Amino acid sequence: MTHSIHISNISKQYAASGVQALKDISFDVGEGELFGIIGPDGAGKTTLFRIVATLILADAGEVTLCGYDVQKSYKAIRNIIGYMPGRFSLYQDLTVEENIRFFATIFNTTLEENYHLIKDIYVQLEPFKNRRAGKLSGGMKQKLALCCALVHEPQVLLLDEPTTGVDPVSRKEFWDMLDVFKRKGITILVSTPYMDEAARCDRIALMQQGKILDIDTYTGILQRHARPLLAIRSSSMYRLLLDLRQYDNCASCYSFGSVHHVLLKTHSTEHIAALTRYLVDKGHQNITVEDIHPDIEDVFIDLMSNVA
Amino acid sequence: MEGNIAIRTQDLTKRFGQFTAVDSIGFEVTRGEVFGFLGANGAGKTTAIRMLCGLLTPTSGAASVAGFDVFTQREKIKQHIGYMSQKFSLYANLTARENLLFYGGIYGLNKRVLKEKADALIRELGVSEYMDKPVHSLPLGWKQKIAFSSAILHNPSVVFLDEPTGGVDPITRRQFWDMIRAAAERGITVFVTTHYMDEAEYCDRVSIMVDGVIAALDSPEALKSQYGVNSMDGVFLQLARTAKRGK
Repeated sequence: MTHSIHISNISKQYAASGVQALKDISFDVGEGELFGIIGPDGAGKTTLFRIVATLILADAGEVTLCGYDVQKSYKAIRNIIGYMPGRFSLYQDLTVEENIRFFATIFNTTLEENYHLIKDIYVQLEPFKNRRAGKLSGGMKQKLALCCALVHEPQVLLLDEPTTGVDPVSRKEFWDMLDVFKRKGITILVSTPYMDEAARCDRIALMQQGKILDIDTYTGILQRHARPLLAIRSSSMYRLLLDLRQYDNCASCYSFGSVHHVLLKTHSTEHIAALTRYLVDKGHQNITVEDIHPDIEDVFIDLMSNVA
Repeated sequence: MEGNIAIRTQDLTKRFGQFTAVDSIGFEVTRGEVFGFLGANGAGKTTAIRMLCGLLTPTSGAASVAGFDVFTQREKIKQHIGYMSQKFSLYANLTARENLLFYGGIYGLNKRVLKEKADALIRELGVSEYMDKPVHSLPLGWKQKIAFSSAILHNPSVVFLDEPTGGVDPITRRQFWDMIRAAAERGITVFVTTHYMDEAEYCDRVSIMVDGVIAALDSPEALKSQYGVNSMDGVFLQLARTAKRGK
């Protein structure tokens, strides 16, 4: 596979705060790949994007986009990327249409020339095309920002937390749009703190505190970290959580929606039966215990705990 | 407070010009309940919360929070609630301890009580190593825990949490919900918004706003069975897809 983004051993420390934002990060993104950086605030996602977008330099290591070096050939890179920062960065007092035309002009093109690329999103914005960007709702701002990042037909899209603070329906719609751009052959590097969005990427890197915890396909990561896990519920979920954490053979217990996920120190049919007896003795009713596979948050919690 | 009701709204409405942001909503939240207030972006959640916090006068209808009227007793409401949002809750240049003392002071706690409460909180949270560092240098998860602590330091009747866990790592997110539960067990009513649908499951009851109205309100179990799905994500998708506003 041809590499569209090549990142090799980069580190970054901020002088003012002393924060080590990135520690020896390496990975490659293939041409036309949809690659996700999954991690919470403070993982280093934005620093990584700013380095790839040629806005800041790494202290060490090498980054190339489509063969261009971020330091030596930053001008060439800026022509072939579309960058959508995490913070809304368009001109608030220009209208929707003025913003798109402005960004098109900067890249020596026009809205008309690349209309085919942004058509699907732009038709949703069109009723508001004379509204100032600052007056748009959150979901609309996000769509406009994506249009402005796409209007010059970039080879690589860099999307830093495009779905943060966005409701679940709009998030799903946003990822559907990314699938469309992927089919047009655009390479996409996207970050998100929502772990469930990992399933929408070709490959993902799980990041925490400046380090990559693991890189693979979504299913690859789930398979590699597979282990016996229980989903437990009863009529009193908060008391159940406290009782499970008191239990000797419980290695970890976390809430996952309507159930608690429990990892036992020793796992066998007998141990599960013993756990159920313990819960009955504690007065729990309507107890259900089910064998399940870890999901992406289970894996992330495991990896976080190992690092700490 | 009348009986066991912490929040009551009836035909509560807010119009901005021709636009009806909140359209005649009515519900009751019981004391000590964890109430999830969900909805798509632009559904009217923020406007509703601002009215309930005494920050915005409703156009019509009625509502009381902690027993106080949202039209006539707004200052009383502010004294009896706590508020925390993802965007702004702490002063970044003050230390965690200074933030706690500052908020406690604003709510009129005397110095001795305040110091005792702050010390107790620090022990409870296990955050002594962070207490004397400026808040901007702390990890987000700790900021959010300290913000929550300062929002409930004065023992409010109701605490409003506006997307308290956005961007937080999966362990801290769950620890945060442990804190919410513990506060509710102590009788504090929790009114919380979130975009994480697994967190909707941790609420006693959940309401879902669509285009300014409350489209559904029940326990997570009842909502899932009503909509024939096995997760709150499924419930939310069915309801939010009916929205006309902002499309």
